[in-house]
Amino acid sequence: VIDATGMPQTAVLIGGTSEIGLAVLSELASRRLEKVVLIGRDLQRLRAAASELRTAGVPQVEVAELDFESPDLEGLSASVARSLGGIDLVVMALGDLGTADLDELTPARVTEMMTVNVTVPAAALMAFANVLRAQGYGRLVVLSSVAGVRVRRANFAYGGGKAGLDGFALGLGDALVGTGVGLMIVRPGFVRTRMTAGLPEAPFTVDAEAVAEGVRKGLETGAAVVFVPAVLRYVFVLLRLLPRAIWRRIPA
Amino acid sequence: MADLESAVAEAVAAGRPVLARGLGRSYGDAAQSAGGVVVETTSCAETIAWDARTGLLRAEAGLSLDSLLRWSIPQGWFVPVTPGTRHVTLGGALAADVHGKNHHRDGAFAEAVESFTLLTSGGRRTVERDRDKAAFWATAGGMGLTGVVLDLTVRLLRIETSSMVVETERAHDLDVCMAAMTDRDEEYRYSVAWVDCLARGGSLGRSVLTRGDHACLGDVEPRDRHRAGRGSGGRADPLRFSPRQIASVPFTPFVSPLTALTVAAFNEAWYRRAPRVRRRTIETISGFFHPLDGVGDWNRLYGPRGFTQYQFVVPFGAEGVVRAVIESLSRERCPAFLAVLKRFGPADEAPLSFPAQGWTLAVDLPLTMPGLGQLLDGFDERVVEAGGRVYLAKDGRLRPAAFKAMYPRLEEWRSVRDSLDPDGLFVSDLGRRLGLVAGQRVVPGSPS
Repeated sequence: VIDATGMPQTAVLIGGTSEIGLAVLSELASRRLEKVVLIGRDLQRLRAAASELRTAGVPQVEVAELDFESPDLEGLSASVARSLGGIDLVVMALGDLGTADLDELTPARVTEMMTVNVTVPAAALMAFANVLRAQGYGRLVVLSSVAGVRVRRANFAYGGGKAGLDGFALGLGDALVGTGVGLMIVRPGFVRTRMTAGLPEAPFTVDAEAVAEGVRKGLETGAAVVFVPAVLRYVFVLLRLLPRAIWRRIPA
Repeated sequence: MADLESAVAEAVAAGRPVLARGLGRSYGDAAQSAGGVVVETTSCAETIAWDARTGLLRAEAGLSLDSLLRWSIPQGWFVPVTPGTRHVTLGGALAADVHGKNHHRDGAFAEAVESFTLLTSGGRRTVERDRDKAAFWATAGGMGLTGVVLDLTVRLLRIETSSMVVETERAHDLDVCMAAMTDRDEEYRYSVAWVDCLARGGSLGRSVLTRGDHACLGDVEPRDRHRAGRGSGGRADPLRFSPRQIASVPFTPFVSPLTALTVAAFNEAWYRRAPRVRRRTIETISGFFHPLDGVGDWNRLYGPRGFTQYQFVVPFGAEGVVRAVIESLSRERCPAFLAVLKRFGPADEAPLSFPAQGWTLAVDLPLTMPGLGQLLDGFDERVVEAGGRVYLAKDGRLRPAAFKAMYPRLEEWRSVRDSLDPDGLFVSDLGRRLGLVAGQRVVPGSPS
């Protein structure tokens, strides 16, 4: 049950080995989180993440495998709901930075990236949104990115996917108004994680913990869209207005 | 009442959990059940039997104190226990075992209840105070989780007038206030203190004490008609009762006007308004007991996110906890206006009833306050340490572990509850959040 301060007792993390996703759950574990299911592709890494979360103070953590080739999302969401006894929070943290190198981006690679960044996330959001609707309550948190706010040449394949997911989630959030189910979009800037290791840091770079704190505060205040750090909301108002000729020349 | 029974039967057939809801004045999730069936009882508000000799009233559970008092006061009868609003139902008052300003004298609401009819999954059951003790006390304070109360028999209180004799005085800090209450509370049927939680330093916890009793005919002079306002009638019509709203909040503002600054200004004015030395006045029942009922939809002032109330009780001797809480509210500049401090008398027999002998403090806090969750968790720890507890009817955020530490008779309650409701039909969000009931939740595709 989600309490008056917006804190969940049960949660499912899709992209169960995501550093940001796990940081979010650790942050919520310091409040009310009791039961978690981690969903992902790699069972072994999921188990490692699960034991990490138990150390962070979540008493019950389970893992579930998701096959991206032929995902049975309806079956998965129903079984997660059963094992949690009701889902308070869904965190969507799937994502693959991939590449923006024109020579490396084969059609197959683009398909793969879009699968991880948009197709599966959107379908999974839909499946879990339906479970939450049937429950009559629940909260969806979608980890988007400022990369999707205005797509840059430096990571256009990733950013394009995030833009698609972000738009889908915005519309889904509006469609869910009145059902008892809420949706929050989180748009971090550059976050120091495994995914971005070795890349040059952009201005306003933050840690996964900062994103987690942003998510907790967003849940507490009932925000619909959260930027981390918060100042990026205003930075991107300006960046969206830049002429394309200039935008194109922004490095990295 | 047939409606209630058929609604429950329908829910059972559909495999959904059920919860009765009265006027929804619980501040947390006590009267909510996501995915379940919530039956509103307010359409079941008939009076079934009335004995003017004994003052025993049997009425349906959806009857509000407001309707009841509008009918009973002109005939010279009052409810023995009223919370700070008349907009609660009899059923809700029993489920939360509500208290009033007279708890130190008269106990909680269940004290005035003789019997009730409880609808359980097994059908109707008449629960008499002396014959069916376990069911009686599990339902009193049981937050609606033992079944649906269909009707209750309540013993009313004889009054001569609809006026109150009230003594008002200021206390310039918390110690003075607590000392004044400890010394002379027993002389008054009703007693409460409004605390300014924003005052600092030497004024920390400065308060306005109001204490009094129902006025006798001799207390009410014709001139009091003017002083007491239009709600009561002075000597010409001593039992006149016509409370009205003086204002209402027409819409929910995007941003709450209740900030530390505005609330501090209000509290300052409220404190200054009170007489420096004790003053005796005649007031109306609504003005004394239900001042907030005079402002319609006042809760909207808290903005879209709303507010929560933190109410706890700690035993006498643990005054330090009350002080520490007020200190930290003041230090954090919490926009808490008019916190309420009271002394409780001994607890009743209900395992989950809130009132217990000691000090109780209730504070409204806006949910937009940053760090509110952690702050209240900190308060919980101190309350648990002192052997106190938090009021479930006000709660929306307690940790299950803290709740269990505060209510050590939980298992006793649970075993009665399980025998009354073996299928776990009656479920609320509060019950699931705190682990009062097993978490039956409606999950698509699962056999239920």
